[in-house]
Amino acid sequence: MSHQHLDGRGESTEATSQYLTFALGHEEYGIDILRVQEIKGFSAVTPIPNSPAYVKGVMNLRGTVVPIFDLRLKFGMDPQAYDRFTVIVVVNVGARIVGLVVDAVLDVLDIENASIEPAPDLGASIDTSVLQGIARNQDRLISLLAIDQVVGTDHITTIAA
Amino acid sequence: MNDMEIDLKRFQDTFFEEAAEHLETIESGLLRLEETGDELELLNTIFRAAHSIKGAAGSFGFNELGSLTHALENVLDQLRSGRRASDPALTQLLLGASDTLGEVVAATKKGEAAGIPIAGLVHELEASVNSAAAPAAVAAVVATAAAPLAGQVLQITFEPEREFFRQGQDLFLLFDEIAQVGEIVESRCHREALPDLEALDPEASYLGWEIRVRTKRSARDVRDIFLFVEGACRLEIVAEAVAAAAAVAGATKTAAAAPAPERRANADRRVESSSIRVPTEKVDGLINLVGELVISQAMVNQSLAEQSLSAALEEALSAVQRTTRELQEQVMAIRMLPIGTVFQRFPRLVHDLGVKLGKRVRLDIEGADTELDKGVIEQLGDPLTHLIRNSVDHGIEDPEQRRDVGKREEGVVTLRAFHEGGNVIIEVTDDGKGLDRARIRDKAIAQGLMRSDQALNDEDVYGLIFAPGFSTATVVSDVSGRGVGMDVVKRNVESLNGAITVSSTPGNGSRFRIRLPLTLAILDGLSVQLGREVFIVPLLSIRQSVRPAAEDVRNVLGGRGEVFLLRGEQLPLVRLSRLFSIAGAVEDPTKGIVVVTETDGHRLGLLVDDVLGQQQVVVKSIERNYRKIEAVMGATILGDGRVAFIMDVAELQRIASRRKTRDVTAGREVPAEHDVPVPAQEEKS
Repeated sequence: MSHQHLDGRGESTEATSQYLTFALGHEEYGIDILRVQEIKGFSAVTPIPNSPAYVKGVMNLRGTVVPIFDLRLKFGMDPQAYDRFTVIVVVNVGARIVGLVVDAVLDVLDIENASIEPAPDLGASIDTSVLQGIARNQDRLISLLAIDQVVGTDHITTIAA
Repeated sequence: MNDMEIDLKRFQDTFFEEAAEHLETIESGLLRLEETGDELELLNTIFRAAHSIKGAAGSFGFNELGSLTHALENVLDQLRSGRRASDPALTQLLLGASDTLGEVVAATKKGEAAGIPIAGLVHELEASVNSAAAPAAVAAVVATAAAPLAGQVLQITFEPEREFFRQGQDLFLLFDEIAQVGEIVESRCHREALPDLEALDPEASYLGWEIRVRTKRSARDVRDIFLFVEGACRLEIVAEAVAAAAAVAGATKTAAAAPAPERRANADRRVESSSIRVPTEKVDGLINLVGELVISQAMVNQSLAEQSLSAALEEALSAVQRTTRELQEQVMAIRMLPIGTVFQRFPRLVHDLGVKLGKRVRLDIEGADTELDKGVIEQLGDPLTHLIRNSVDHGIEDPEQRRDVGKREEGVVTLRAFHEGGNVIIEVTDDGKGLDRARIRDKAIAQGLMRSDQALNDEDVYGLIFAPGFSTATVVSDVSGRGVGMDVVKRNVESLNGAITVSSTPGNGSRFRIRLPLTLAILDGLSVQLGREVFIVPLLSIRQSVRPAAEDVRNVLGGRGEVFLLRGEQLPLVRLSRLFSIAGAVEDPTKGIVVVTETDGHRLGLLVDDVLGQQQVVVKSIERNYRKIEAVMGATILGDGRVAFIMDVAELQRIASRRKTRDVTAGREVPAEHDVPVPAQEEKS
């Protein structure tokens, strides 16, 4: 992970934000690094009965029960067998902790806020609310995830008592 | 400078915590006064609590608090010195004062004390003191005449520590108070410790005093003056005659000769100071860590199990295991509190309700020292409040009605807690008119909760009062009867993994019975295998486990439902692998095990692959990071570090009862509740 852009975190102004980028298939995604708690290798999860396919189950994160979501399945991509590069990115969503299964972690990038373009309108059938925007890094196109939307909306809602 | 500010803040926090406790002492004391008459020990307790607030309020400069407690203290002082007797009106005034005091404490904490008008109340208290003082003065004269030599000479030896002034103490206040208790016969100042001027620290305290004071008060009363400086000084208070006797005996240490009650008072205080205040989060953090330690320890044991170990290592491992277990038990015990901490608010509630409703009601409390998890106790306040309101409002009759049916005018509500098996039982009983079966039935039919042709037994009819929106109160009062309450009570109790039942005898009252687990944090479970997964079934709800014979499992309604025959009794059979969509589990019941569970009198057979063993598990929340999972009450972490789900047997029972809805996994219709013959209850074997 080399980056000329990273002049040291202390000097980064508010005009730029740091993102952790990862791969899903041939696509590159980014998450605001301040939301990332840790990165873990994939280990055994306990499946949750009668849950959607992308909810892989729960795992024990130092005594806390954390749900694990497969982002490929969440985004409707083909499932891929987990291998030694498969990692879980543990993120904070509000007060909750959730784990996201991604193909591989790629980089940590400083991205200028001004350079982030809003997600294009892909038609009514495709929900782009999960995207905070799209950033360009040289010839790479990075989809920046609005993580609260990704895991915060449909399936992590509390059931009204 | 900054450090000092922080320190002051911390002292203030402690003050507010303690003030809350003192307020409780005052309130519960005042309420008990009605029963005990003006018992001196009780009056002293109340007085000391008020005095403590006053003293600390004074040192922090909380003037409103100070003047209010001062006025309160004057009235209390009259009571405990026997210069007046308490009566209901006075009790009411004092209770009102303690309420306002609570408000002022709360407001002071927010720094808004000036906003609460207290002048009126202070005035009222003062007026009360003055009105009582007139006849009391006569009594005092009589007393003096009868015992002209009343009063004793107390010898006070008082040596502040060096740090005395740095703690913000004021000697002059103390001296003023001493001067008020009687006549100072003699006072001597000890200057032996005073150093040379160069060595003198102007902020330190070097002096000591010997004061002889002639007073009618006891040594203990005089000691109260020093309540706030006791930790910061050497203090001896001895009655002169005793001191003289001690001197004769050649004792140099006068403290040793102090009268026995004095010493006991000291012992009491030492017991108090041997406990420490710890924020709940710290305890919870500790519990979490110990939980992890238990798991890690199990993992170590598991991974070493295959290897041959030296005897020494073997021994060390088992020592670690033993200590870990003990540690866990001890840490869990920290969270256990006597249930009295929640009970103590109810005497006031009952008192106020009685006044408001024009009823005479007494609250009896039994088993206040029964211990229960703090988390459970905290959530018990609301449901118990509802139940007690309900008993006073709907259960207890008006005094005239009670007289007419030959009962004592004073109704009794009993709040009782005790252990039963691994559970805590809390009962709210009243000796009122009992539940009106016919009215409940009519109302339930009107609200569509039951059909008019349905025959229900008493227990089921009474159970209807827990249905949402159900209320039989003819008049909606602000006490209870809005149709919210009993269903909330039931929900609250169930959220604590507990159950509530009600029984009633017309004319003799009703009894609500709450069954609760000792703690929410750990439970005894049976681990069972389903496919490759392990689940935990709470041991409390398990009656037995059996390997069924082929003829024990029967299809009903063309295979749409299954029953399990347990010695002729038919139980609904739940195939957990289907309910939880688990592949690779046992299909043939004769190759699996049926775990028979019972909740609230309903039995259920759960088909699992195998029973692995019994273990104590630490309950972890799933909702914290995810959401509720159907038929699962929580999760735990197994010895190998994997997560296992803990089944919610009560919910499984409900699912089995409303199988009218589609069986999600089988995707076919299963029979409705009344189609599956639910067997009559059988005595537990």
